[in-house]
Amino acid sequence: MTQQYPIKPTSGKSYWNPYIAGIALGVVLFLAILITGSGLGASGGLNRLIVQVQDWITPAHVDQVPYLLKMAGGDKNPLDNWIVFLTLGTIAGGLISGLLSGRAKLETTKGPNVSNRKRWLLAFIGGALMGYGARLARGCTSGQALSGGAVLSVGSWGIMLMLFAGAYLFAYALRKVWN
Amino acid sequence: MNFPLPLTDMLGHWGSYSVYFIIGIAFGFVLENAGFGNSPKLAAQFYFKELTVFKVMFTAVVTAMILTFLATAIGILDFNLVFVPETYVWPGLLGGLIMGVGFVIGGFCPGTSLVASATFKVDGWFFVGGVLFGIVAFGETVQWYPSFFESSLLGRFTLDQLFGLPLGVIVVAVTVIALIAFVGAEWAETRFGGMSKDNHSAAWRKPIIATALTLAVITLIIGQPTHEDRWNQIADAEQTRIDNREVQINPEEVLDWMNDARINVRLLDIRPEGDFNLFHIIESEHWHMDEITNPKSIAKLHLEPANTLFFIIGNNESDALEVWKYLRAETVPNLYLLEGGINEWVKTFTDAELANAIYDENLAASGFGYQFTSALGDRQPGAYPIQHSDYEGELKVILELKRAAVSGGCG
Repeated sequence: MTQQYPIKPTSGKSYWNPYIAGIALGVVLFLAILITGSGLGASGGLNRLIVQVQDWITPAHVDQVPYLLKMAGGDKNPLDNWIVFLTLGTIAGGLISGLLSGRAKLETTKGPNVSNRKRWLLAFIGGALMGYGARLARGCTSGQALSGGAVLSVGSWGIMLMLFAGAYLFAYALRKVWN
Repeated sequence: MNFPLPLTDMLGHWGSYSVYFIIGIAFGFVLENAGFGNSPKLAAQFYFKELTVFKVMFTAVVTAMILTFLATAIGILDFNLVFVPETYVWPGLLGGLIMGVGFVIGGFCPGTSLVASATFKVDGWFFVGGVLFGIVAFGETVQWYPSFFESSLLGRFTLDQLFGLPLGVIVVAVTVIALIAFVGAEWAETRFGGMSKDNHSAAWRKPIIATALTLAVITLIIGQPTHEDRWNQIADAEQTRIDNREVQINPEEVLDWMNDARINVRLLDIRPEGDFNLFHIIESEHWHMDEITNPKSIAKLHLEPANTLFFIIGNNESDALEVWKYLRAETVPNLYLLEGGINEWVKTFTDAELANAIYDENLAASGFGYQFTSALGDRQPGAYPIQHSDYEGELKVILELKRAAVSGGCG
């Protein structure tokens, strides 16, 4: 079984043209910068959500780890931050789009020659690396590559280049997963 | 320069979060429509078969970049108040590399996995679970290598500063490079992905390219506001405040703020180093003139928390006023200066007999008027006055909440 490109959704309307989507994304990013002074992000909101969970389970531990202390030490509320609301909005926006277009459907998106279980395992491993790297780099694809790139931060461009480099470096090893 | 908006002032603490929620909805909506909830579509990027990720991301970066710097060029957006992620070279590069590996293994990035999850993609749920696991792992392990995590900090550092070119040149260059890269991307899609030319031939493409290039060139031609432009925009209003003596704060009030535990007071002493060594107020910081007017120093001042009050300390008022005007033009908030300078402070808080004995009127006219016989710094009792009663005069300082964004999307 081989893929047809560009890849289409398994149900519902087609995706937008990438350039139109890019312009729309750029306008959203610009409006965020114009109105709030900050760009977009995703990993920061997830970070604070999980820190809140940690704070419920082991508050004493949170108070001992410097990195967690900054967000949830003592009576600090890790959810009292704009990034959490941006993240919740992102999930809502994705759902709205999926429902309107008929693409919201229970399924596993994967390469044609890989089992669901293997795909789930790899998704978890990839996610763990992504989460770890995003904290180390102080931002993920959204916060650094996209938002930092648009305001021409040197570090963000460095992160963006390394991100693509890392992916291309390992692409060959994973060719059977995706093709 | 009305933007960014003071959202907390306008909508209140939690109310301002509704704006971020709405922006988030737009963000998620666009990501999903771009096809970013579909992992093979994202991963095809790394086999040169479909470069949607690259096209969407780079188009978005270029679009937002042109609009942002056009807005700063025409003066409706204050770039000093826009968050620019600080550059940490090595943690950033290593983190980027790890993320890249995670991207090709997992098929998503954090933002795209959110919209995948929201549209019931099971692999999206597993990816989000992995991200959360990775974040927890980072929180638990970063304490083993804190010095690396905090290393190679270059501060707020933008490409125009790196290359020593006007910002407009970078905007045009990035736009042109993007357009060339898109041509390459489309060639690859045809060659490796077997995509038909129909995907690359819409009629609206040429007008959009022309618009992007035109706006980039306009940004270059207008140029970014210079320091003088910035001051001229606010000169009338600020000169009135200076003339009404609204920004000169007397020593007793300054001390009162220093003793207020809720307020983070920064005393920026801009006098010659010799004078600073002879006498300075406790907890004041010495700054050279060229140091304090450096863009990176100013960026640091913008990153202070919202309850920060800045006082410029000169020997008299005139030297402090120059720095005050400079930093004010760069939108440093809650900025004041010490009325009468350090001379007035010494007169107010040191033993009158001692003060009179070492006072030299001629020196005071143009500099530090008190001839301390040794460099006491902040050990002279007048440097850390113990306030016996609260300041009872009218407080002139008005705390304003309009602040630069101090964190980005990954705060």
